[in-house]
Amino acid sequence: MLETETRSPQIRPEDPPGSQPDYCYPPYASSVLRAPSQPLVVLPHTLSERTGPVFGHGLLQPNDNDLTAQHAGQPLGERMLVHGRVLDEDGRPVRSALVEVWQANAAGRYLHKVDQHDAPLDPNFSGAGRVITDDQGYYQFRTIKPGAYPWGNHYNAWRPQHIHFSLFGAGILSRLVTQMYFPGDPLHALDPIFNSITDPRARERLIARFDIEKTEPAFALAYEFNIVLRGTNDTPFEEGKR
Amino acid sequence: MSLPLSGSQTVGPYFSIGLAPLCSEEVVSVAQGEAVIVEGNLLDGEGVAIPDGFLEIWQANGDGRYIMNKPASSAAEAVGFGRIRTRPDGSFRFATIKPGAVPYDAERMQAPHLVVLVYMRGLLRHLVTRLYFPDELANLTDPILQLVPAGRRSTLIAHSGSKPGTFHWDIVMREQKSNAKPETVFFAW
Repeated sequence: MLETETRSPQIRPEDPPGSQPDYCYPPYASSVLRAPSQPLVVLPHTLSERTGPVFGHGLLQPNDNDLTAQHAGQPLGERMLVHGRVLDEDGRPVRSALVEVWQANAAGRYLHKVDQHDAPLDPNFSGAGRVITDDQGYYQFRTIKPGAYPWGNHYNAWRPQHIHFSLFGAGILSRLVTQMYFPGDPLHALDPIFNSITDPRARERLIARFDIEKTEPAFALAYEFNIVLRGTNDTPFEEGKR
Repeated sequence: MSLPLSGSQTVGPYFSIGLAPLCSEEVVSVAQGEAVIVEGNLLDGEGVAIPDGFLEIWQANGDGRYIMNKPASSAAEAVGFGRIRTRPDGSFRFATIKPGAVPYDAERMQAPHLVVLVYMRGLLRHLVTRLYFPDELANLTDPILQLVPAGRRSTLIAHSGSKPGTFHWDIVMREQKSNAKPETVFFAW
């Protein structure tokens, strides 16, 4: 039996103002009709919230961690290594965390039927990857730098270059979906999705750090992106327990 | 030490590129339990169905246990978990088993429920809700339902469908002015 099974449910502290987006953020037009109008009910973390699915390396396909090697030829674009650590709020590494990523190609085009941007697809790039963190919470994958692209939110709207991240942590309420941005992008100031996080320090945390130390000389640049997930206030689960 | 959570951002319109491998039409179960089908619609503040969203379900098995001891090597092995896309018409449907009751604390139990996470383009941070089953006496004493204003609890309880073992449950993102459908209760976590 799990030792924490009958522990009294705990309430997590509120997130600091501006560190998470408001659901209704009118500059991002699509948010308005899809945002709740009623206050959210604060949910104690019970066994249902502290548990969650666990994924193993058997889930991964060859080259899931190398988006430049999933086809016969190499994709166009600036090669780069993206790496970092996944931690919980207490600074503990989140190990065996499944990280799913997806992105546009170097021309700013997604391999998706809904994407009508008049930029070329790349037959050597699908834009999807998966990795599982190691015992130190560390992950890395190789890809190419995605292009910026226009979208229909407002006149002359452009998304900054970004990579989508989806993460599983120790419990289902550790789930996080976010986007990684690149340093120095002039589109940051103009992007309503990025600016839906109103605290500039919180926005800064979504910008990867250029990492000369991890570059692969004469081959690929490197960026570091660290991620913090909601913890479970529990001893981490061990294999064999439930 | 307390580190600030990373900020959430929308899944956007192209999430299926990265998230398709774990999508399915069922929540995987291993224990004995009553087979059920849950179907419904994901609706916006004008009652329009949302075709570009998905749900993630997390639930106990039929015996009320959460199974976490065997890392899944495929969507079909992720016991208790399901990632369900809405269809082009904004509806969703998944098969699962009715979960057993789950402990709340040393004294109290929770009524059978699914934890449901909701994601879509336009939603800047995913939402968390719960699905409970109708005609459950345990709903009357469920500690989480008791936290919800009484007038809103019904939004968390599915309706029995036309066939045995089927349940209907709409998720309404926002109160609809022109429509009687009340906004689903969502939780902060």
